[in-house]
Amino acid sequence: MPYLLNTEADIAEMLARIGAASIDDLFAPIPSELRLQRPLAIPPGMDEITLTEHMSTLARKNQSASDAVCFLGGGAYDHFVPSVVDVIASRSENYTAYTPYQAEASQGTLQCVFEYQTLMCQLAGMDVANASLYEGGSAVAEAVLMALSFTGRTGEVLIAESVHPEYRLTLETYLANLNCKVRTLPTPDGVLNPDDVAKAVNDQTVAVVAQSPNFFGHLEEMEAIGVQAKKAGALFIASFDPVSMGILKRPGDYGADIAVAEGQGLGVPLGFGGPYLGILACKKEFLRKIPGRLVGQTTDRNGVRSWVLTLQAHEQHIARNRATSNICTNQSLLALRATVHLTALGPQGLKETAELCLQKSHYAASELCKIPGVSMMSATPFFKEFTIRVGGDAKEVLKRLRAEGYHAGLATGQWYPNRKDCITIAVTEKRTREEIDGLAAKLASVLKA
Amino acid sequence: MNNPQSTELIFELSHKGRRCHRLPASDVPMQTVVLPGYQTASAPPPLPEVGEIDLIRHFTNLSTRNMCIDTHFYPLGSCTMKYNPKRHERLAGLPGFANLHPLQDDDTIQGMLELLFGMQEYLIEISGLPAVSLQPAAGAQGELAALFVAAAYFRDKGQTHRRKVLVPDSAHGTNPASAALAGFEAVTIKSGSDGLVDLNDLKTKLGDDTGVFMITNPNTLGLFEKNIKTIAEMVHGAGGLIYLDGANMNAILGITRPGDFGADMQHYNVHKTFTGPHGGGGPGSGPITVRDFLAPYLPAPIVRRDGDRYFLDNDMPKSIGRVRSFFGTIGILFRGYCYVRTLGRDGLRAASEHAVLNANYLRARVAEGYDVPHPGPCMHEFVASARSLMKGKKVRAMDVCKRLLDFGYHAPTVYFPLVVPEALMMEPTETESRETLDAFADTLLAIRNEDPEMLKSAPHTHIVSRPDEVKAAKEPILRWQE
Amino acid sequence: MDETKLRFATTHEWVDRDGETATVGITRFAVDQLTDVTFLELPKVGKVLKAGDEFGVIESVKSTSPLYAPVAGEVIAVNDAAMKDTGLINDDPYTKGWMLKMKLAPSATLDHLKSHSDYETQIADSH
Repeated sequence: MPYLLNTEADIAEMLARIGAASIDDLFAPIPSELRLQRPLAIPPGMDEITLTEHMSTLARKNQSASDAVCFLGGGAYDHFVPSVVDVIASRSENYTAYTPYQAEASQGTLQCVFEYQTLMCQLAGMDVANASLYEGGSAVAEAVLMALSFTGRTGEVLIAESVHPEYRLTLETYLANLNCKVRTLPTPDGVLNPDDVAKAVNDQTVAVVAQSPNFFGHLEEMEAIGVQAKKAGALFIASFDPVSMGILKRPGDYGADIAVAEGQGLGVPLGFGGPYLGILACKKEFLRKIPGRLVGQTTDRNGVRSWVLTLQAHEQHIARNRATSNICTNQSLLALRATVHLTALGPQGLKETAELCLQKSHYAASELCKIPGVSMMSATPFFKEFTIRVGGDAKEVLKRLRAEGYHAGLATGQWYPNRKDCITIAVTEKRTREEIDGLAAKLASVLKA
Repeated sequence: MNNPQSTELIFELSHKGRRCHRLPASDVPMQTVVLPGYQTASAPPPLPEVGEIDLIRHFTNLSTRNMCIDTHFYPLGSCTMKYNPKRHERLAGLPGFANLHPLQDDDTIQGMLELLFGMQEYLIEISGLPAVSLQPAAGAQGELAALFVAAAYFRDKGQTHRRKVLVPDSAHGTNPASAALAGFEAVTIKSGSDGLVDLNDLKTKLGDDTGVFMITNPNTLGLFEKNIKTIAEMVHGAGGLIYLDGANMNAILGITRPGDFGADMQHYNVHKTFTGPHGGGGPGSGPITVRDFLAPYLPAPIVRRDGDRYFLDNDMPKSIGRVRSFFGTIGILFRGYCYVRTLGRDGLRAASEHAVLNANYLRARVAEGYDVPHPGPCMHEFVASARSLMKGKKVRAMDVCKRLLDFGYHAPTVYFPLVVPEALMMEPTETESRETLDAFADTLLAIRNEDPEMLKSAPHTHIVSRPDEVKAAKEPILRWQE
Repeated sequence: MDETKLRFATTHEWVDRDGETATVGITRFAVDQLTDVTFLELPKVGKVLKAGDEFGVIESVKSTSPLYAPVAGEVIAVNDAAMKDTGLINDDPYTKGWMLKMKLAPSATLDHLKSHSDYETQIADSH
């Protein structure tokens, strides 16, 4: 059997030492009427050659971002991943270790997480960051749970309709059984109007959640939204794009209390949606409400600088039903990828990446909007992603573009029913002028037809 | 070998002007983009500046400061640290999988959906529960999702008075934490001296307000709850649901099925049972399977098949919604799929048989020198106690663990479950040989007779020893600052 | 501090009554169970508590525990020094490590609390 080592002779000797007649005897505590009396209805095993052939066959049935030109975004982006990220993350010592419960045997992981926490603080302009959450959606929900616990309020959580629809759904699911309602603030112009926030808040508002760049790719007036949240004593939760931090103002600098993000753009392959990386960073007054693990610096018994898991009293394994979050296993390996990625980029690399995204997306927008019948959905500023109107059923247009070799964008209408003519298009630093021109040419011919 | 090279914090290695990754020049005509001043930063974030060799040496050297499965025996109870097959890593890197965007059209991801559909079917078959969601990101989120499902079900049936979730005192901390987050009140059920659920205590706590009984089976002591059928009848009789914490599925693959022993819902830890690499703390993957009457409430979407075509079904009006963005932890589900296909039906059962054999063998060896409070046989893990060392030499379980590190063994899980004093929880897994188990047991027994001071000041061979946790918590330093 | 003059809650808080005010802390036994206190959270002055209400949280590296008001009343002072230097609670739980000063509610009584000897019996039984 694959991966098993003990021979028949070993087994016999082991059973003798245990004092059991057979392996079956070891299962005596399981009442016989509860035993499965047949083999599992699962196919027989495969050797490595057969498995490789089987998986390759499945892989060939997919049309990936490397088989077609990828302009898909919506929270997952085709950014370049430097080789150093794969090399470090695929070291056995990193990927086959577990949670650093034994600090002495895990100083590598612990120091990397400490560096990750520092980088996330630098990136978001915040004081504290945790060791990671699952992904961008549950990160929003965890931030709101922090706000509930911190404010002690039981009113509404206000969230902009322009926040990623799956993040909003996740938040609603998380709050469905708690004493708190989610209210979605409409964004008919593609961005949230800070005046609408001013009208919606009251003295029981728990938090205001906005995302910039938002789901359509456009920039929200985060500072002004935050001012309105704070006037009401609510927390301001900002969902941001880590890659945009190369040129855009940081959440900590525009007044966010808690900043969350999908960290996929930091060295994580697209991988059909996971594992990704939930980033959460905040101002220091919320330290005691942070979900999940934290690594802290200390000294050992010989005075040597070292790192340990700390403030664990808040975590589920100690606080149990009093914990603000139930997270245990997190996304440590993805946090490591982000750490290596950001280190590889450095400040200049992050800035240049962001500038390339900005330049190329604006070139794409201007080329696409030259096509008759195509226009921008919103005139507001954007970063690497934007939404166009194509004057017809976007799904049909996208289907035709797929046939031409383009994952041309997202049919915005699948989440926003009144925007069925809209396509949301992401342009990363990897897209070339040739690919953008190709998309414009194909879109023009598809719309003409 | 102590290698201090490049192991300062990466920020301390930063040298202004150094670079690693370089970007191409823009190939599009210069765009005059005017972003409002209040949106832009005057400078990029103050990230470290290092060259490529600086980076590689730093992170490579740091990695050598970890113990891991590929270098050490890692009997961390409850975590199922079995071997991570290398073929999975290579296959996961195939561009046809690694470069799939999560929002691609179903027509372009038929291979991925076929794989996920297969995984759904296998998890259904192994649990004996007919409906599945692969969405939860980890075991804890699986628990939470299942409790959301239960809450939605009770709401739908007009039984919102079922506010209580019963949790044995030996349960993982995630159980009561998940219960609270799902709006339930967690109530503790005592374990008897045999380590199993105390049926009398359960009886007194069951009632009209019972929502869910969360049970880990085999439990965290490594014991099969032999009264599970009675427990299920009692809970169902009170109108409640049984939730199985599937952390310990590695003991029962193909041997008994949660759906057959009375569970209504369960989660899997795919990264444990089906050997996803643990990544220094994650990622995990926590799919849930449920009975048919709970299926409408599962998180959407679910992969379904229509003839030869697979599609993502979002048309689930009673669904609790989502617990995360995108489909799930594909990378771990993918490796789990490879593992199930490699082992096949016979290999899966054999894996559980050998996991239980190894645990019982190690248990017998450890019992030569340590208390093993509960009678055997155990399942895939067992809990020993260092309390006799504590009484005599004032040596604690943690001291034993720290000393093990000196001999090149990762420590067992310590001080858990809470019901055993000075607990040492050991799970060898099926991928270890008898020689490894013997060498580990010999070490554990030898440590017992060492000078207590040697243990209390251990480890002696690692780059640090006993970092001050009190100091770390009293004056938290959670990031580097200039 | 003469501990025998104090009254005790089963949840290990002590009360020292002086006319209409009372000082509240936790017992030496509780502190020893906790080991090194790493964090103490206390309410704002002005908070009105019923007997049995949670008034704060105390943490060590391996535990977190709620603190319960042994008597009803209004918080008139909290020990900022103990929040800043939690070592005071370990060193001196009955004087420097006090937590709250309360103005007793008009109806407040200490009758439900244990005497020193009864509390000693309680902790002896828990061993």
